[in-house]
Amino acid sequence: MADVAPGRQRDTTLMGMYLFLASEIMLFGGLFAVALALRLLHPQEVVAASRRLHYGIGAANTVVLLTSSLAVALAVAAAEMGKVKGTAAGLLAAAGLGLGFLALKAVEYGMEIREQLLPAFTPAEAFESPSAHLFMDLYLVATTLHVVHVTVGVGLLAGLAWRVHRRSLTLPRSAMGVEVVGLYWHLVDVIWVFLYPVLYLVR
Amino acid sequence: MAYPRLWPLLAVWAALLALLGLTVGASLVLTGTPSLVASLGIATAKAALIAWVYMRLRREGGLLRIMALGAAFWLLILLGYLALDYLTR
Amino acid sequence: MTEVSYLEHGHSLKSWLLTTDHKRIAILYFLSITFFFFVGGAAAALIRIDLLTPEADLMSNEGYNRAFTLHGVIMVWFFLIPSIPNTFGNFLVPLMIGARDLAFPRLNLLSWYIYMLGGLFTLAVLVLGGVDTGWTFYTPLSSMFANGNVILAATAIFVVGFSSILTGLNFIVTVHRMRCPGMTWGRLPLFVWSIYATSLILVLATPVLSITLVLIAAERLFGVGVFNPALGGDPLLYQHLFWFYSHPAVYIMVLPALGVISELVAAAARKPVFGYRFVAGSSIAIAIIGFLVWGHHMFVAGQSMYASAVFSFLSLAVAVPSGIKVYNWTATLYKGHIALDPPFLFAMSFIGLFVVGGMTGLILAMLAVDVHVHDTYFVIAHFHYIMVGGTVSAYFGALHYWWPKMMGRWLPLVWGRLSAIFIFLGFNLTFFPQFILGYLGMPRRYHVYPAEFQTLHVLSSAGASVLGLAYLLPFTYLLYSLRHGEKAPPNPWGATGLEWTVPSPPPQHNFHELPTVDGPPYQYPVEPDREREAIHG
Repeated sequence: MADVAPGRQRDTTLMGMYLFLASEIMLFGGLFAVALALRLLHPQEVVAASRRLHYGIGAANTVVLLTSSLAVALAVAAAEMGKVKGTAAGLLAAAGLGLGFLALKAVEYGMEIREQLLPAFTPAEAFESPSAHLFMDLYLVATTLHVVHVTVGVGLLAGLAWRVHRRSLTLPRSAMGVEVVGLYWHLVDVIWVFLYPVLYLVR
Repeated sequence: MAYPRLWPLLAVWAALLALLGLTVGASLVLTGTPSLVASLGIATAKAALIAWVYMRLRREGGLLRIMALGAAFWLLILLGYLALDYLTR
Repeated sequence: MTEVSYLEHGHSLKSWLLTTDHKRIAILYFLSITFFFFVGGAAAALIRIDLLTPEADLMSNEGYNRAFTLHGVIMVWFFLIPSIPNTFGNFLVPLMIGARDLAFPRLNLLSWYIYMLGGLFTLAVLVLGGVDTGWTFYTPLSSMFANGNVILAATAIFVVGFSSILTGLNFIVTVHRMRCPGMTWGRLPLFVWSIYATSLILVLATPVLSITLVLIAAERLFGVGVFNPALGGDPLLYQHLFWFYSHPAVYIMVLPALGVISELVAAAARKPVFGYRFVAGSSIAIAIIGFLVWGHHMFVAGQSMYASAVFSFLSLAVAVPSGIKVYNWTATLYKGHIALDPPFLFAMSFIGLFVVGGMTGLILAMLAVDVHVHDTYFVIAHFHYIMVGGTVSAYFGALHYWWPKMMGRWLPLVWGRLSAIFIFLGFNLTFFPQFILGYLGMPRRYHVYPAEFQTLHVLSSAGASVLGLAYLLPFTYLLYSLRHGEKAPPNPWGATGLEWTVPSPPPQHNFHELPTVDGPPYQYPVEPDREREAIHG
């Protein structure tokens, strides 16, 4: 791409990233479709199953992710100002908060296993109703897929923080790289913003 | 640090946390369709804030905004038809 | 200054396997999809041989299930979906818009490797005995009861899905950002419009398939299933998710072919395409409306009557933009100076077969009729008329039209015309009897049938042999032309389009200087290169 001006390159890369994010929205969208179907088919059981989830931990996790989004946004702003330390700090903070999300999730899964709520670790008879079992199946798949995305994001953020710190990524010239990873992380946050009420707050 | 430029980011963060509080609070009080409308509406507001400010959509041109919204709209096609089927069986 | 052609620019295996040149990547795809075409074709041969007799004497029931599943999976995902976008799309889109490459050349190469990885998994499935669920993987058979390599097959398709998504992403950004000066949207060749529309579907529909396959695998591997009927899971939910992708997928398979035909018709008639704006807009319309019709695959599955009615109405509506294309092509040909060279014969063949396929699609879209012909050979005939009569004809038409450009070699026109004719005849003999079979009640995916259907099946299988041989024909003379064909000039057909302004084959960087466009597309007459008159055979 030698004959593409930097501004045009930025537009091109951003557009590619947004299209990728669009595909991610459709990927999780399938799971939201399942959630809608379950809710329409078995409303009472889904409400009951949702009530048994730990909405407090879910809320805490939401705080964690929202704060990590702030950290990333600050990092991107710092990157565009060419501030290496600020960028690396923001990225590292976001990665750390991402790890915090994963830790909370692990604790939550542990509690759910003990309470005989989590499928694959619970015999079928232990569920309140078959529909509750179905709902928890969806919960497990959806949160697992999200956890995978968070993990990838943490890796990207940490790796980027390292490269910025070691100056192998120069700022503000390569600020776009930070912005692109930031976009991914924000999408992971947006997906959780919808997953949380859809799974935990069904009343 | 250029403080003026960072204020919007912090303000959005505060707003997002407030909305989170609102959605949890609503779940304690509302049920049924109002609960669904509230939780999805608040989630949409949060997503819109993140997209508009954090993801810089307010800076980018119309094409990127269409692409960002496009997927969300497309998802509505899937969800809408699904609802049409299940609600009219 | 003579630039070295892209074919000569580096001879090592590494220069091919690590290339980022869109033209070389196109060739890589050509080789791969040709390979899979033969594998899928072999499965078809097994099917048609077994169907020669009313009893199950070639394969067991399970074996037959595996044969048609393999045929479907390979033909859909490893041949048809990449067939035109990843080969001709890759090769031509940058040339047609006056760019040096796609927006993300390395992503393009990665897409091919991802495709090959998916292909490898599929071959593993084949070697390990296959899957018996049908290419549609309906639950609960696929998620709970099928014995076979469902998870491996689901993984293969999941992987190849990413190749699709990245390809679509690449094309969309390329068309938005890499057009040369003066190449406005209203001046784009119609092939580019169709690739753009296809790419929208690739990006938006494929991820839903991906997540659906994940759900099947989760159910089989961990018992974590949302489709489990014992728990109250709705099998229809799977079908909604599957067809939300798979119906637009058929438009992925046909839209690029429609784009090819627009190019061929203009070149055949040596006239601008009539109603350019309508043809361009119809590609976008098909892409959009195509997302709104998937429930027509589920009319008898238990879907609500009201949803079915809406789906039926919109399925009729989606035929309108397709019809617009056919009418505009006809108007283009009217009073045109039509050359009956091989590409244009394939194009005519396409139009006829596509219309039959499309009209039978309308028949299937009608709720009341579909109740009778759903899951019969009528459906099979319908989609093969579109996919094979349509897309594969367009593929061969494109192959004959752009071969001189891509390979720098002219092709023997007499043999090309013979291929087109034999393919047309073989195709109709294979698939027309299937309309009758379906109407009479022959179910699909069965290899045991009442004796009174045998004559029609024998006719169909005979046609399949003709078709198979006819498909082999181009391979012989096209490969022969690589060594012994006349060197092709830049514009042997006298066609419009930036791809015809560069040498055949193009140099690695496409254009010596990036062109500037100052007029609408399809500005005929264009003088064909003089050498063409000498070698026109």
